Amino acid sequence: MYRYDQYDQAIVDARVEEFRDQAARRLAGQMTEDQFKPLRLKNGLYLQLHAYMLRIAIPYGTLNSRQLRMLGHIARTYDRGYGHFTTRQNIQYHWIKLQDAPDILAELATVEMHAIQTSGESIRNISADQYAGAAADEICDPRPWAELIRQATTFHPEFSYLPRKFKIALIASPTDRAALRWHDLALRIVRNEAGEEGFEVFAGGGMGRTPFIAYPIRAFCPAEQIFSYIQAVLRVWNSHARRDNIHKQRMKILVHDLGHEEFTRQVEETFAHMLTLGTDFPRAEYERIAAYFTPPPFETGLPEEIDRADPEFALWVDRQTAAHKAPGYAIVNVSLKRVGGIGGDITADQMDIVADLAERYSFDDIRVSHAQNLVLPHVRKQDLHAVWQALDAAGLADVNLDLVTDIIACPGLDYCTLANARSIPIAQKIAQRFADIDRQLELGELKIKISGCINACGHHHAGHIGILGVDRKGTENYQLLLGGSGAEDTSLGKITGPGFDEDGIVDAVEKTTDVYLRERQDGERFLDTYRRIGVEPFKEAIYG
Amino acid sequence: MKILTGNDLATGDVIWWTGSGWSRHVEESADVGEKGDEIAQTEAAARRVNGPYIIDASRDEAGIRPAHIKDRIRALGPTVRLDLSLKPADPTIGTWVI
Repeated sequence: MYRYDQYDQAIVDARVEEFRDQAARRLAGQMTEDQFKPLRLKNGLYLQLHAYMLRIAIPYGTLNSRQLRMLGHIARTYDRGYGHFTTRQNIQYHWIKLQDAPDILAELATVEMHAIQTSGESIRNISADQYAGAAADEICDPRPWAELIRQATTFHPEFSYLPRKFKIALIASPTDRAALRWHDLALRIVRNEAGEEGFEVFAGGGMGRTPFIAYPIRAFCPAEQIFSYIQAVLRVWNSHARRDNIHKQRMKILVHDLGHEEFTRQVEETFAHMLTLGTDFPRAEYERIAAYFTPPPFETGLPEEIDRADPEFALWVDRQTAAHKAPGYAIVNVSLKRVGGIGGDITADQMDIVADLAERYSFDDIRVSHAQNLVLPHVRKQDLHAVWQALDAAGLADVNLDLVTDIIACPGLDYCTLANARSIPIAQKIAQRFADIDRQLELGELKIKISGCINACGHHHAGHIGILGVDRKGTENYQLLLGGSGAEDTSLGKITGPGFDEDGIVDAVEKTTDVYLRERQDGERFLDTYRRIGVEPFKEAIYG
Repeated sequence: MKILTGNDLATGDVIWWTGSGWSRHVEESADVGEKGDEIAQTEAAARRVNGPYIIDASRDEAGIRPAHIKDRIRALGPTVRLDLSLKPADPTIGTWVI
């Protein structure tokens, strides 16, 4: 993984001291909250329902064990013993004290981490495929490009006061594990007919109040020109953006209002100009960064066979591991979706255990997925049983990847000031209703995503079954959406009809799955059946 | 009744105006009547509270209950982590929020 050089470290250290001074001045009354708020947000510090919340960046979802142990240390020392992984592959703590925040940032800096650009009108943490560098289906590791883009855009003056937040995702596989086209700017590394690597570019995606799937705006941008292209996209948005109306500031609105053809024309025009400025990454710089992502020294001649005598272990292997590019290795998915638990939450002790396992079995490499789970990307198949046993002892060996209980849920009204309704209790009730593993396996791939407000941090638009919490005259109410997808078959879920109360929405989900089981044809996932038969049979079952 | 709430500047704790100071316990809230804005302004300027605002609440035999669920969650803690709430020993306290 990328390691800070002296400049990176100096920048982050200086930023910590700058914030220490800002926080001290706020506490001493030398700044009002209106003056301080934009400064704390630039360092990831929000004020939420119960306390300050600190969101820490995990670039493209990659951590090493030292960093994960530090996150555990912060949970234990400054918070209440746990952290919460988010749908942008970050982690956040919900019980932070302002007086502690500078010390926390200083501790993070010692392991090359920070909270910069996890809030505010900036380019947010760049998300990527959690299997990057390990996936059997990728054409290259996308993370060197993510790191280059991260470095080039962090503190870039043109991108420091954007009209609104801006989200970038990057993958290098035909399979989309990063909700690619739900981003403002979506980049997929592809090869052209000459075998050269470049980027397929999509723009104008996003969830929230007005959801749009990113439009394809360029089939192939040569890799060495991608920063010019990114700058062109941002410049076109920046020059048109409606800074007068918060509901129209995201780039997706501009792309929609201009029309993606006209938006693309203007980007291409600007791109031609940007190319004349010579601001793209020199090849040597790419190679310098890429050297940090050299594949680990995979052993050769390892056995492929896995002893499946223990049925529980075999089930875990079947569901929680994925194909690795290196023979004899597997990708291990660590579920943070225990039935009855809180999705994405992990205790400090569990962080330490995962860090230990990564160090011992996965080349010191841990990933965070946008679905709020963890990944050990490089585990020898012969070590899977030992890893499973250790995870099981830590309460981390649940079998539910992409199943009905692997629910994405935002913190909702239990923690968030923006929320209108609680998300986590709904996820818990659904998970409890479908807890039986045989029932989950019978239903197969079924992605439920729950947001507690229209901002859609829980990705409800992209759920096979989506749930949106709203406030109806002071009471929590939940709308049901069907047919969304955040995968390569991206689609926007549609609201089925009137909303439900807390128990009613769980019943509605169950009725929805009953229709699927009744109507499905051989090999169809829930989403396939929905797309084939349409919404009416589901509405009839739910409201009839 | 009208009560005044906000967060402690240094710790971020949820706090409630008692009539003479701030408490972490909503049941100690005072009815601020029409004086909420004035108190909020004074207290925020003195850095004794961050982001104060006035809410509707009712008083019954169980104490003071904010009108909106968001403020009841603020008053108690997350309903999904009652062990972290202000009343971790009361297994029924979650029903007070709902």
